[in-house]
Amino acid sequence: MTMKNDYRSHNHPAYWAFVVHRVSGVLLTLYLPVHFWALSQALQGEARLESFLKWTEQPLVKLGEVLLIVLLAAHLTGGVRLLMLEFLAWRGWQKNLLAGAAGATVVIGTAFLLNLL
Amino acid sequence: MNTRTQVLLWAAQRVSGALLGLFVLVHLAVIIYAVRNGLTAGEILGRTRGNAGWASFYALFAFAVSIHASIGLRAVCTEVLGWQGRGRDFALLMFGVLLFAWGLRAVWAVTGA
Amino acid sequence: MDSEVNEKAAVPHPSLSARGAERLRVRIWRGGESGEFQEFDVPRQESQTVLDVVTYVQRALEPTLAYRYACRVGMCGSCAMTVNGRAMWTCRTHVSKVVENGTVEIAPLHNLPVVRDLVTDMTSFFDKWARARGQFKGSKTRREDFARISPQSTGRRNIDAGIECIGCGVCYASCDVVTWNPEYLGPAALNRAWTLVNDVRDEVKRERLAAVAGDAGCNACHTHVTCSERCPKGIEPTAGIAGLKRMVFGAALKGEI
Repeated sequence: MTMKNDYRSHNHPAYWAFVVHRVSGVLLTLYLPVHFWALSQALQGEARLESFLKWTEQPLVKLGEVLLIVLLAAHLTGGVRLLMLEFLAWRGWQKNLLAGAAGATVVIGTAFLLNLL
Repeated sequence: MNTRTQVLLWAAQRVSGALLGLFVLVHLAVIIYAVRNGLTAGEILGRTRGNAGWASFYALFAFAVSIHASIGLRAVCTEVLGWQGRGRDFALLMFGVLLFAWGLRAVWAVTGA
Repeated sequence: MDSEVNEKAAVPHPSLSARGAERLRVRIWRGGESGEFQEFDVPRQESQTVLDVVTYVQRALEPTLAYRYACRVGMCGSCAMTVNGRAMWTCRTHVSKVVENGTVEIAPLHNLPVVRDLVTDMTSFFDKWARARGQFKGSKTRREDFARISPQSTGRRNIDAGIECIGCGVCYASCDVVTWNPEYLGPAALNRAWTLVNDVRDEVKRERLAAVAGDAGCNACHTHVTCSERCPKGIEPTAGIAGLKRMVFGAALKGEI
């Protein structure tokens, strides 16, 4: 096959934004069926859902939840950035959207984390 | 699959993404509120059971996410797995339908009387 | 006669640096798809370009080295290669700007079949240009008046932002979607199509939009922006491709595609 690009040609913010967006999207897609299954526990009554919620109070699970929220916030803000790049006419300031997206990710993740402390 | 369908898939991805942007913000606000007040199953279900508003919102949410996730995976299949063609598209359609079905089941579990 | 010889001996050979002993470690790809990097020891010079280095190696050290260049002044687009992992013109790149730890690694452009050493087969690059309908088609003849287009019009400004492309292949070689999706037309072809769909004199806009739409066209772009980062002319194919996405969407809604 032809020679391929390595990390040296990928060292710019827009590329890392793409990696974050793709990885977060795939992980969230894998998580969704689990999320739907968990909520479906309510079909077996309130007590069943309650015992599941108790199980989620373990520190590792809480950490997982924080990570999920961060993934969600990252995917959301990255997605908004893409929508602006694709649907608004090109402007130089759009490069700074990346910074805004990363910032919003941290903010939302932190807000959730604070609720748990 | 003809070009027009491919373009409409791209469009569905963007439109569903825009909708999800709003839905997720609402959902995050709801979660943060619930966690702040210490959620028990009883308290959650007390607010959601029999509520047509939440049912409609989350059913639409499930629909949008089923479209968005399956079309999103389509590019991943091509670019990461080298998987293209009818087989891939059919598998992703099945995945989208399944995800929507599971999502509706979850909505029913929480909002159905 | 003696004094003539002495004067000639006193003039240093151009390949020797005025500073004397500074050397460059150069690794150059040899072979085809499979091969390896061969190392050369090259004298450093002020204002030396990467093309100067390759030329020195071929003339003084390794006559069998294959490489392409023509104008050597940044006009023709022939000398593009991968230098320390990034695609660029070698004629307009000073060694001092790219050298890492006294080393320069030179390889052929990525995403293209390697003919030999630093030479790639550009056929697929130009075939995709044609597939994207990258050719102007007008309808007026010499008997009609000139078209009147304001340079300030949106269409003309969009064209001006992308018209300087010389087809060097740097963007195409840098694009990961080209790597992952062999059918993808690529940033250069799409940029050219963009300059043409913005031209009011062009007659085949609808066919061109159909040609650049879909999985092999503009809709496959993931906005990595590597093409715009690397373009030696400062063209931003990402912007043109985003514009094509909008136009193609509109055309699909109207049933024109």
